[in-house]
Amino acid sequence: MKAGTTPPTTARWGHPHVLDLDTFSLHDIQQVLETTDAMKEVLGRPIRRVPTLRGKTVATLFYEPSTRTRASFELAAKNLSADVVSMASATSSTVKGESLVDTVRTLEAMGVDVIVMRHPQSGAPYLAARHTGCSIINGGDGWHAHPTQALLDLYTLQERLGRLEGLRAVIVGDILHSRVARSNLYGMAAVGMEVTVCGPPTLLPPAFAVAFPHARRETELAAALEGADVVMALRLQQERQEAGLLPSVAEYIARYQITPQRLSLARPGALVLHPGPVNQGVELSPEVSYGAASLIESQVANGVAVRMALLYLMLGGEG
Amino acid sequence: MPEKVILTAADIHRALVRIAHEIVERNRGCHDLVLVGILTRGTPLAQRLADTIAGFEGQEVPVGTLDIGLYRDDVPLHRLPTLRHTSIPLDISGQRVVLVDDVLYTGRSIRAALDALMDFGRPQMVQLAVLVDRGHRELPLRADYVGKNVPTSRDEEVAVKLAEVDGRDEVSIVQREGVRL
Repeated sequence: MKAGTTPPTTARWGHPHVLDLDTFSLHDIQQVLETTDAMKEVLGRPIRRVPTLRGKTVATLFYEPSTRTRASFELAAKNLSADVVSMASATSSTVKGESLVDTVRTLEAMGVDVIVMRHPQSGAPYLAARHTGCSIINGGDGWHAHPTQALLDLYTLQERLGRLEGLRAVIVGDILHSRVARSNLYGMAAVGMEVTVCGPPTLLPPAFAVAFPHARRETELAAALEGADVVMALRLQQERQEAGLLPSVAEYIARYQITPQRLSLARPGALVLHPGPVNQGVELSPEVSYGAASLIESQVANGVAVRMALLYLMLGGEG
Repeated sequence: MPEKVILTAADIHRALVRIAHEIVERNRGCHDLVLVGILTRGTPLAQRLADTIAGFEGQEVPVGTLDIGLYRDDVPLHRLPTLRHTSIPLDISGQRVVLVDDVLYTGRSIRAALDALMDFGRPQMVQLAVLVDRGHRELPLRADYVGKNVPTSRDEEVAVKLAEVDGRDEVSIVQREGVRL
């Protein structure tokens, strides 16, 4: 170490790719959350930029629409002075039939260091990771995983409550199709939180208990909310009703919408999370989504900081 | 590992008192003065200087703390500085900033600190105070205030211990065991 001041400690980051939180230890998650604190400080400055990843290139490769995740990653990269290349499949050669592997290899050949991917098929980022030397960050694959969402959810909770261990969380909604729920279940387990999943029986499969044995299953919202510190509402996709998994959206609202009255069944001061975009008046009543218990805007703000932290941890140490 | 103490706690105290007076003398008072310590050990040194100045000038000088982990150019492959907290308590534009660090060596930390400072505003002037200058500059930078000049060889390391961080005050030269290229 040549500098006059030796850095306080050096971290080790053992994840060349960030595909899901099932491979993240408590220590890994803590490292991300601590690094996020430093990134939040940068975002509070008059000039919200540091030169750390100058010369590095981050590509966003989104095969599904996204507002917050994609913009969040692009801003995160730019705040660290990295260059950004954005590709949305509709306007790329995917339309001409180019495969995912070829696309990823093309980006690698152009000198991209990290590819942030979102894809409708579960496992797509794993395939990409096997076929390229670039680092892959999973921005959401099918129903499977959304690790950066779970990390920003954990950060938001820790920021507000000062701790994570022992907190009791309820995840409400379409659990079956939710990559947000799955990654949060891994993340929350790693940090010592107790989790209950709650939703209509058709959207809360028994097979879930095999993958996540520690999560309590509930189909009655009132029972699930009792004693909860945190309520996470998931987005209800209208397609599920069309597929016959729900009798009607009105019935979902009647049984599972989080209203102030239902929130009062949880612990006093219980907080509300939602990955967004919120279907106003469906998963949450407007009083809840815009109310004092809602952390939704913090989640979005923290998303940039968490993604900056991940980019730093993955790329920041390479001379 | 052979170790030689070059500054005792009393030596450190006297050096800091002298530096505090030099800062006030050179800047003709405390007007517009801000002390910014470079983490980790520059921060307690900056605070001690501010306390000493308050003692004889009767004025509080603001103290900030700077983490340069995001600005370093010397991070070797696979090693990642753990990030700490930067906190600059006021707008530094137009202020006279005195950067404070424990050891001045290649100068790269100071360059990083200057880059970081410029992102916070446009100071009127930036000066540098260090407890130890050990030579071997790799950039054209120098300290304005020096506790002690200590000629060293590249095989040696200057180990600074401060009560706030390490439990006691002491500066020693340590012979490095392995060879560093």
